[in-house]
Amino acid sequence: MKNLDPQLVWAFSGVLGLLTISSLIGWIIRLAVKKPEAQATIRNLNARIGAWWVMSAIFGLTIVLGQAGSLVLFGLMSLLALREYVTLLPTRRADHHTLFWAFFIITPLQYVLIGIHWYGMFAILIPVYAFLFVPTRLAIAGDTELFLERASTIQWGLMVCIYCLSYAPALLMLQIPGYAPDAKLLLYLVLVDQLSDVLQYVWGKLLGKHKIAPLVSPNKTWEGFIGGVATATLIGSALWWMTPFRPWAAAVVSLAITLMGFAGGLTMSAIKRDRGVKDYGTLIKGHGGILDRMDSMCFAAPVFFHIVRYFYVR
Amino acid sequence: MSTHPLAGVIAALARLISGVQVQWVDSEPDTRQAVYFANHSSHLDFVVLWSSLPFEVRALTRPVAAQDYWSAGLRKALAVNVFRAVLVARHTATCETQQEPADPHLAIEAMREGMGEHESLILFPEGTRGTGDEVAAFKSGLYYLCQQRPGLRLVPAYLNNLNRILPKGEVLPVPFLSRLTFGPAMTLEAGESKPAFLARAREAVCRLKDL
Repeated sequence: MKNLDPQLVWAFSGVLGLLTISSLIGWIIRLAVKKPEAQATIRNLNARIGAWWVMSAIFGLTIVLGQAGSLVLFGLMSLLALREYVTLLPTRRADHHTLFWAFFIITPLQYVLIGIHWYGMFAILIPVYAFLFVPTRLAIAGDTELFLERASTIQWGLMVCIYCLSYAPALLMLQIPGYAPDAKLLLYLVLVDQLSDVLQYVWGKLLGKHKIAPLVSPNKTWEGFIGGVATATLIGSALWWMTPFRPWAAAVVSLAITLMGFAGGLTMSAIKRDRGVKDYGTLIKGHGGILDRMDSMCFAAPVFFHIVRYFYVR
Repeated sequence: MSTHPLAGVIAALARLISGVQVQWVDSEPDTRQAVYFANHSSHLDFVVLWSSLPFEVRALTRPVAAQDYWSAGLRKALAVNVFRAVLVARHTATCETQQEPADPHLAIEAMREGMGEHESLILFPEGTRGTGDEVAAFKSGLYYLCQQRPGLRLVPAYLNNLNRILPKGEVLPVPFLSRLTFGPAMTLEAGESKPAFLARAREAVCRLKDL
């Protein structure tokens, strides 16, 4: 374990403070609110806060372990996300080998490419090679029933659960002049993205009235969206000191993260509604599955990565 | 009674790959003697079911496995030594003929002996792995066993999605999330006919599918 960057320590102390305050608030609400119809929401709130402690601890540990830690964590999350995703697909018997490749060859390879900092291959492995491989393998398997649907849903899962999510740990391979290459950018992305989710939830619960897309996601309201995006962007700007960005640039970048996060949440909800499920899984108590938690990250990570790479990597 | 250490490892792996979510509907796990019976579509069925039982129940629970398939080499080592399987003879694999095994009494005798007074069994009454789409008609073994052991508790269970993880004919698993639902125990009723009982037992499994 190398010496920790003081800015990392500051950021993590902030997270610790936030968690403590949240737990206190959750505890007070539990004691203060006795309305029976609110009990389910309060239980869920406290379960969510409890899960945040666990998630923060796991994430903190992997950051301390450096690049290998982040790769293993996000690699596992990719596998779990893909498992939740394919469970909802109407896969057929003939898809078995293609799916085996997706889980146990393509996914590890994608993360190894990040590990060896081979950007050129990391960026095209799934959009080019896996994209062509999946339909070919399915054609070899010989079952033509719903062929295009099966091929494209598997391709889509690889893109979202593996390719997009892998952009988060890929931030560690960016060499930015005058900026120490460590996990700070990853932490920044996770902080802004996840705080945006949480704040949209909080603002929505406090003020939410006008639904944005009631058929897709009944909990998303304009009040929650605007309040959450605004406050998360503000926090993101206030955290400019841990990034290579100037404060105004941090605001723009944070806005991009929160908007993409919202797009991810909405899109992944549409899939759930189509398949008639409430959550992707049950792994994270109070939140649902990995995909319920990482839906926003899947959309925010690649855009954040490419903004940083385009403007800051020389 | 303790279990083989390798059994614990295999059970943990099976749970990891299957992400199985276990629910008990109108029933709860206990150590009393029972026959757990379920639909069958994958080699993982037994391991996942067994690993979903509480530890003290696991130690008292043995699978029933087909002698023709599980009695040689590595399979035998796994079935007999690690999981203490009760091997029974089934008639050879041509299921289309619907004929009963030559001497069903031998199989029943083996099961009766295997469970003794205190141990439970895991049984897949379809007799062979199906495609996972439908539950096939049950073989008669369950009925004859109950005739010999009046009052024997039968606990139905439905295994969802395991055929997608490891379908018949595949060696490499693909991870899907799976579900295992246990239902309320049933017994053979006095004077119940064989077809009526087998249909009722099959229905007890099928109704758990979407719970």
